[in-house]
Amino acid sequence: MPLELLDSPGLLENQKEGLWTLNFGPQHPATHTTLRLVLQLDGETVIDAEPDIGFLHSGFEKLGESLDFNQYVTIVDRMNYISPLANEIAWHHSVEALMGIELTPRCKYIRTIFAELMRIHDHLLCTGTCVLDLGGATAFMYAFNEREYIYEICERASGQRFHTSYTRVGGLLYDVTDDWIAMVRKFCKNFPKAYADFAGLVMKNRIFIERTRGVGVLSKEDAIAGGATGPVARASGVTRDLRIDEPYLAYNDLDFDICCAKAGDCYSRFQVRMMEMEQSLKIIEQAIENLPSGPIYNEEHGKTGVPDKTEVYRSIEGLIHHFENIMPNRQMNVPVESFYAATESPNGELGYYIVSDGNFRAYRARTRPPSLLHFALFPRMIRNCMLSDVVAVLGSINIIAAELDR
Amino acid sequence: MALDNTTVGSEVQIRLQSSLPDVAQTWSSFQGQERVVVPASHILTFLKACRDVTGFDQLIDLTCVDHLEMQGAVDRFELVYCLLSVDVGTRLIVKTYLNEPNLTVPSATQVWFGADWLEREAYDMFGIVFEGHPNFKRLLLPDEFVSFPLRKDYPQQGRGERHNFPIITRSKS
Repeated sequence: MPLELLDSPGLLENQKEGLWTLNFGPQHPATHTTLRLVLQLDGETVIDAEPDIGFLHSGFEKLGESLDFNQYVTIVDRMNYISPLANEIAWHHSVEALMGIELTPRCKYIRTIFAELMRIHDHLLCTGTCVLDLGGATAFMYAFNEREYIYEICERASGQRFHTSYTRVGGLLYDVTDDWIAMVRKFCKNFPKAYADFAGLVMKNRIFIERTRGVGVLSKEDAIAGGATGPVARASGVTRDLRIDEPYLAYNDLDFDICCAKAGDCYSRFQVRMMEMEQSLKIIEQAIENLPSGPIYNEEHGKTGVPDKTEVYRSIEGLIHHFENIMPNRQMNVPVESFYAATESPNGELGYYIVSDGNFRAYRARTRPPSLLHFALFPRMIRNCMLSDVVAVLGSINIIAAELDR
Repeated sequence: MALDNTTVGSEVQIRLQSSLPDVAQTWSSFQGQERVVVPASHILTFLKACRDVTGFDQLIDLTCVDHLEMQGAVDRFELVYCLLSVDVGTRLIVKTYLNEPNLTVPSATQVWFGADWLEREAYDMFGIVFEGHPNFKRLLLPDEFVSFPLRKDYPQQGRGERHNFPIITRSKS
């Protein structure tokens, strides 16, 4: 236990008099996973907070240097496990940007639908548990009911509820079926009612508003200089959304708005997430009705991806295709370059900086996790708030420790 | 530095080259992404100019690459700063090379305070020392840890690190 954590370097000796230190975590219900805070308190007012992270560090970036571009997707799944497919889409977006692969329209639309389903999935958990931590257990159940249905949609497409490993370089593991489309349509039909129930329980709840409004304020200047992105930055007045500013996938064809707020407090972050769910639903509705037909792999780039197993076992072409894409000495050529590409994940800008040495695996696969930069801003947000506000602020910035520590 | 011997690039390149004529800059681009290599001795001046002259107000990412096993590489460590101008949306990647034994660069926390944890992580994983950092220590790994695991000479398997840590029994804790 490093004791110097208890000694706030930012405070003078005479300021420390009368302060007391509180250890928060690593096992605390409001941290959801494992992260630790050492709080300096004056009575119940938080003077300073020192985050201590790394409890879930598992060497994902080291593993990225030994697994190939298709295999590593099983690891990126486990980074932000609240929205696994969003990580997969971000990872393969970076790989495809490095290799210069253009996706087929059908693949783009399916990925877009999944990216937005994951946004709803992530925001439902974040907003739901944020309310739960502040004492409202009912709304949380409404949120988790819908999350359950999104798991079923994932299972129908990929065979896995949680860690789907669904994307592949240049395409997807399987094409979607008609009943998957019916399930997404059913979700679009049912979600507005569940959303209205959830929002009705929380948005005008006086206890919730008083616990979150004006709490944990992050100014726009701090958000920009501190590297905040996504809903956290947008709640502070930054009008940047990679889906509009650097359009990828099918976002150029679809009509939606950026959701922003100005106050930068917990309630604005909550509101931004709630508004984004409405916009995501709008995107899914447009995309599912305009889902193009055609292949999911682009044949222009040669044989990418892993072929269907029936093709592999029953035809010589399929077997050759499988062999060419699996054997390490015969895989696709990758330029000896480095490239940074990012997508708008539910939590913020999720980027991958990939350095390639010409092999079909990364020489260095750097993850730019949004949680890391958001949690670094936490001491600024919590200063001069009350001890009970710690859980409100933690809930509003949605720290996922697996992504934080990788 | 005169612009005539290089191909004239984007506006960002022109403005940074004309405002810092003494700093050797090697510009390149890959799939529309602009990169610039700057000597480590001038990195802080250059990053300040990036923020003040060209308006890169956000440090998106700071990371390091170990080129030990890269064919044809001359320098060992490459520091990578990914910059973003939030209002305009332009990106720039600034790189600098470092070699052992001098793995020290000035900290960028005075330019963007968001560099704080990113620099601590780069130290944690690669052993790059950032001078002038306000709270410089390991971020993810325990303080007792002695190696830098993302370096290429650190094996992925076969080295138990248990010996680094003291064994605390219940009676001693």
